[in-house]
This record gives sequence, C-alpha cells and structure tokens, in this order.
Amino acid sequence: MIQTIAFYLFATLVIASGALTILARNPVHSVLWLILAFFNAAGLMVLVGAEFIAMLLVIVYVGAVAVLFLFVVMMLDIDFSEMRAGFGRYLPFGVLLVVVLAAEIIFAVGAWSAGGIGLGAATSPTPEGMSNIQALGTLLYTRYLYIFEAAGLVLLVAMIGAIVLTHRTRGGVRAQNIRRQNQRRPQDAVRNVVDQPSGEGVTL
Amino acid sequence: MTGFFADTLGMGYNAGWFTATIVGILLIALPLMLSVAMIIYADRKIWAAMALRRGPNVVGPFGLLQSFADGLKVFLKETIIPSSANRGLFLIAPILTFTVALVAWAVIPFGPNMVLADINVGLLYILAASSLGVYGIIMAGWASNSKYPFYSALRAAAQMVSYEVSIGFILISVVLWAGTFNMGGIIDAQRGNIFGVVSAFGLNPLLFPMAVMFLISSMAETARAPFDLTEAESELVAGYQTEYSSMSFALFWLGEYGNVLLMCALNAVLFWGGWLPPVDWAPLYMVPGIIWLFAKILVFFFIFSWVKATVPRYRYDQLMRLGWKIFLPISLFWVFLVSGYLMLTRYS
Repeated sequence: MIQTIAFYLFATLVIASGALTILARNPVHSVLWLILAFFNAAGLMVLVGAEFIAMLLVIVYVGAVAVLFLFVVMMLDIDFSEMRAGFGRYLPFGVLLVVVLAAEIIFAVGAWSAGGIGLGAATSPTPEGMSNIQALGTLLYTRYLYIFEAAGLVLLVAMIGAIVLTHRTRGGVRAQNIRRQNQRRPQDAVRNVVDQPSGEGVTL
Repeated sequence: MTGFFADTLGMGYNAGWFTATIVGILLIALPLMLSVAMIIYADRKIWAAMALRRGPNVVGPFGLLQSFADGLKVFLKETIIPSSANRGLFLIAPILTFTVALVAWAVIPFGPNMVLADINVGLLYILAASSLGVYGIIMAGWASNSKYPFYSALRAAAQMVSYEVSIGFILISVVLWAGTFNMGGIIDAQRGNIFGVVSAFGLNPLLFPMAVMFLISSMAETARAPFDLTEAESELVAGYQTEYSSMSFALFWLGEYGNVLLMCALNAVLFWGGWLPPVDWAPLYMVPGIIWLFAKILVFFFIFSWVKATVPRYRYDQLMRLGWKIFLPISLFWVFLVSGYLMLTRYS
C-alpha cells in the first residue's frame, strides 16, 4: 500500500519535474527541476530494491555533477530573446528527434509485450544472504573485473585530457611559492622601526 | 517500536509502522533542535572563555536561556524579502538547509538497536544527505540577487565539493576496515579493535591519520572557522545570509549548528566507537550507550569551538590547496594502503 503510493508519488514527480526542466523560462530553475528529477529517480531506485544505485545517483549526480552544472549556469549571461528567435530554425530538427524517440518507445513497448527476448533470464536476483552492495561488488571484481578496470582507465584518460587541454603555464604571474612562504620566520619579515625618523619612509 | 504499536496497541502493521516512524522522527528532531539551542549557548560560552570574556550571562541562570531569547526575538521580527530577489527560491533555500541538516540523523545509531533507519547503505546515505547541504547555500546566494551572497554561494559550492571528495576516500578506508556500510556494523567492528581492549578506529595506527583528516574536513564541510569563507564577515558582510532576516535567517543558523552536531556525531561514530564505551570493559557498559555517544559528541564540539576561537581564517587559495593538493592525494594513497594491508592480512 505505502509502496504503491510512494511509487506513484515518485513517478509523477519525476515526469512533472522532467517536463518543467524543459518548460522553465529561467535556466537556473531548469537545473533545479532537473535535480528534483534526479532525486525522485533515486526514490524509484530505492523502491525496486537497488538502494546502492539510488545513493550513488544522489551522491554523484545531485551532489557533484549538478552542483557544477548549476555553478556554470548561474554565471552564464543568457539572452532569452536570442534563444526564442532560433525556435523556428530548430523546429524541424526537434520534430525529427521527437518522431525518432516516439518510434523507439513504441517499438520497445511492442517488443516488451511480445515477450521472449531473454532479458528476464539474464538478470539474476541478488544471491541469498548478500546485500545489494556485496552482490554488485562481487560481480564487478570477479566476472567484470577487466571491463570495470577499463572503465576506470577511460575516466582517468578523460580527466588527464581535460587537465592537459586547459592547463597552461603563464609567464609574469606573481604566484606564491608555498615552500618559501612556509619557511618565512618573523625575524625575516618584521623590522623594528621605532627609531625611524618621521617623514622619511621605510626602505624595504 | 513498530511491534509495540502494531501488536500491543492493535493497530495493524501498516498503521503501526507509520505511527512508529513518525514517533521516531519526532524523538530525534525535537531533542535535536533543543540541543542545537543549547549548543549555540555552549559555543558562545566557550568562545567567550577563550577570549577572557563572560559570554551570555543575563537571560536565565548563567545565561542558559539566551538562545531561547534570541529565538523569540528573530521569531517576532519581520521577514524582509528584497524586491529584486527570486521569491520562491529565496524562501525555499533556508527551509532546504534546515531540512537537510535534520534528515541525515535518521541513520545515526544512538545505542544498540536505537536507530531510526537501520539500512545497509547508511554511510552512503549520510554522504548523499551531506552533499545536498550545498544547495541551500547556492540557492540562497543566487536568489538574493546581490553580489556578496553570490560570491559566498560560489565559494561554498567549490569548497564543499572539494572536501567531499577527500571525505569520500576517508570513509572508504573506514568501510574497508569495518567491512560494511551499515552504521551499526561500523560501530560493532570497533568493539575492542585495539588489542581487544580499546574500542576506536581512531587509535588504529593505520586509521589515525584518517581520523585527523576527517576532523579537519568536517570543519571545512560545515564551513566552520577556520574555513568559514562562505560568511567571512570582513569580506562578504555575512555571506549568503546577508539578505535574510527573522525566521529565514534563524533557519540557516539552526541548520548550520545542526550540521556541526551531525559532523561531531559522525566523528564519534566512525572513528571513536560511537555508543561503545572507550574501553571494552564490562562495568563501563552499565552506562547507557547514548551517554557515551553524547559525551563524545560534546568533546568534538568543544574541539570545533576551540578551533573557532583560536585559529585565524584561511585564505581561499590555501583552502583549495589543502583540499586538492594535500588531503586528496593522502586520502587516496591511504585507501590504497589500507586495502593492501587488509588484502595481505585479513583476506589472504
């Protein structure tokens, strides 16, 4: 009973906030609606018993990715009139995308109701006496070990690539040398100027 | 508790579960708000003592009722919403901050089997809840439509995301040692873990550096001094709270101290044995576990106040350097070290 109510609550909220993501006029509101959609999707994951995926969805997407996304969108200077002017130009492409997506959904539903694809046989329930996380970890670190490590390497390459592309050393910057700064002692930096004659300034 | 409501009072399972959950939530949230009020008083007293002042001493005996007087004062003030603010977000932001500070308490164990939600992803739940904390601040800063709150929101976003990374690695090394994400399981794994006598991960030589780093990171995560750059009063007026008044300001205040208490509780639970007595010796178990937990929380809160009273504020680049160039590599290396050690000893 409570599960059914929770499912419909989360599902409605996901769809509603998804719709509001694209309908909202203000881009910051759009991102916030998107975050709400992520959050409710995590709720749906909990309902099907995938609590590990649900928590990861919140930690990774809501906690890190969406924060950076919001960060960037907040600082953008978006001209709304310019965006609306392009509406007619992008309309055919948008309609094409809608047709493709709708066809895919109809096709998928048809295939699913025809049955017998064998997907149900491939997914096995969590083994007895194992929590969700243990089952996932066992599978990832035994059967899918190489694929898992390869995924990690791909991410590492992406990260290093991003750093290489954006990092450049600029000359003439008065950057601080942390080591030198930490070695500074009061006697190097402070000088007694009590006997300094007034009006002559201090030599540094 | 579900059993009590469902069977003893004859309410049926669904209604019994519902009532038990609501009662559990109230049993945590109401004392928490009371303790936030008292901990603000304690913070001010400790701070005053270190500055050789008296601190609040007028309202009630020893000034004990000062926080309630302050609460009444802000409650009676007018809520001012700046005319160019984004009204909806401006009002949601403090509510969100306050709510997020409360939800993480659901998985903190207060004693054996005294936990609202005994879920097997407890620690991940805490990480998820604490990563939501930044939204209240970002929304407040952006919705205020004012430059200082906005600067503060940007600082908060960068700061919290940076320190969450190393906190994640620190927690992974604790989880590796405990072998579970469940908070109760983590506490059980600490029972007599040092020579069968002392119950604390923090005194394990391999985890001690992690305990220290977690304490520092938790100060950065809650934006407490010396990392309180989000509300650095000498640069940003009051940071993201600048445009807030009356209850909306008070909610930020309560949320902030709620988060500080949560981080103290996390330090106690993850590294210093939670509700377990510090030494695994039978007579010490006569004292209820909740007393041990509260004592540990108070010790950590004292450390937080002590640091706030004595350490000057970091510069922003120093903060980022500490997070990314020192804590991140060390914690990453430590995950490697801990897992290697466990691989050789426990799992070989």
